[in-house]
Amino acid sequence: MATIDAGAATGRTVIYRHSLLVRLSHWVNVLCMTVLLFSGLQIFNAHPALYWGQYGADNDPSFISMEAVEDGDKAKGVTHIGSLTFNTTGFLGVSGVDGEATARGFPDWLTIPSYQDLASGRRWHFFFAWLFVINGFIYLAYGLLSRHFRRDLLPAGNELTPAHIGHEIVNHARLRFPKGPEARHYNTLQKLTYVAVIFLLLPLMILTGLTMSPGFNAVAPWLLDVFGGRQSARTIHFLTAFSLVAFVVVHVAMVILSGVFNNLRSMITGWYAIEQEDKQ
Amino acid sequence: MSRIITRRRFLIGATMTASALGLSGCDALVESDRTKSVLKIAEGFSMKTQRFLLGDDALAREFTEADLSPVFRANGTSMPDNPQYLDWMNRQFSTWKLAVGGLVERPMQLSLAELKALPARTQITRHDCVEGWSAIGKWTGVPLGALLKTAGLKPEARYIVFHCADEYEKTLDGTGWYYESVDLVDAFHPQTILAHTMNGRDLEVAHGAPLRLRVERQLGYKQAKYLTRIEAVADLGRLYGGSGGFWEDRGYEWYAGI
Repeated sequence: MATIDAGAATGRTVIYRHSLLVRLSHWVNVLCMTVLLFSGLQIFNAHPALYWGQYGADNDPSFISMEAVEDGDKAKGVTHIGSLTFNTTGFLGVSGVDGEATARGFPDWLTIPSYQDLASGRRWHFFFAWLFVINGFIYLAYGLLSRHFRRDLLPAGNELTPAHIGHEIVNHARLRFPKGPEARHYNTLQKLTYVAVIFLLLPLMILTGLTMSPGFNAVAPWLLDVFGGRQSARTIHFLTAFSLVAFVVVHVAMVILSGVFNNLRSMITGWYAIEQEDKQ
Repeated sequence: MSRIITRRRFLIGATMTASALGLSGCDALVESDRTKSVLKIAEGFSMKTQRFLLGDDALAREFTEADLSPVFRANGTSMPDNPQYLDWMNRQFSTWKLAVGGLVERPMQLSLAELKALPARTQITRHDCVEGWSAIGKWTGVPLGALLKTAGLKPEARYIVFHCADEYEKTLDGTGWYYESVDLVDAFHPQTILAHTMNGRDLEVAHGAPLRLRVERQLGYKQAKYLTRIEAVADLGRLYGGSGGFWEDRGYEWYAGI
């Protein structure tokens, strides 16, 4: 790992933290996941209800659904989760399109394209799904061959003790981020989160997505058994997507809180500055 | 049947309004022809990959009676409104005939009774609408491949086109009639049948009586209802809107395997 010592006087060391391939695949992923989310919500809007099992349509019980119901002379947006019903007018079920209350699952500012157009939504979704998968495979091959996974993401045995993880959680909650030698590598919470996203959530998105394909079902019928059916896979696809949204929210918050300029620079140029530990 | 309840006519109006108001940058990008042609690359990619992985004869999953949807949702047209169809319906389809023609050696006309007398295949399969919902039904019908062998395809035939008795969108030039097409790989797939029976009873009007197509490795909009004529062709460009199907002419993928 290259190091440029900016001089003891400033107390800063600049290290080369992210390789070119990691940086490129990160930003391609940002693009893909953004388009996949918003075009995915467009596709969801074509039938804004989720089921469990092999089949599911209007007459079958759904456990999450959005609909527009008449409320006097107005339309009310309603979201059902299990047996609970929420009034979500303006956001889910009914929202404004050109100033007019319109029946739609997610609002127009969350879908690609903004207006209801399933065919376009699907084309955007599948194009960027391919890009995402190709990018993912390149990243996986690189991560294995360059030992990026083993060196940077695999937690060491002593990092996984409850005491160590507890200590990191407390530090995160106090927004005390590592300095000095500690900041040269990812902390354990980072490692565990990235491992979960890269090896669990993202593959889950791809596999549940493929399980919704009638063609791919004939290729790999066992996926239907793994996820409990096409409609279950569709539901897991949706819930996993929102787990990824939650990850991105926390990830971006951490980027901002732990030094937004330094973090962004390191993901663009590769170079990351480390503050020396406070000398007693 | 997977005809999509997009509020298409409403949409055309809405789109025009949006254009008049000035589209957001995103929507302008979505509507550019260059963007569309780039995004279309993915369809060819998906089809080639699926065909490579599938081979010609991999089967769609077949379920058991216990898995049947209690209510099979009817979609798209549920009652064709043209006089010819109504006349057939009123006579319990005894005067209806299926024409098999185009690039075949022996064009045929088959009555419903004749079709029902042919060897049939029964399969319990899942119907997946492009909108996202699924329903499981039990279908009995004549394997399309057997019918095409009897008729004898000419060597230049590449696609099988299914003409239907419902005009789903009223247009002046007749491009609103429902139709579909498959290539020969799907036409000769063992689960591709012309179904006359659903869940053990004659196919209901809402589900495409008297005959509908089942292509089990593709989405619902390929499962054309109210069949009247099957035509073998060399290319799809000259029919209707030119993209090989009613929804394909309106932007959906011709290969609906995903």
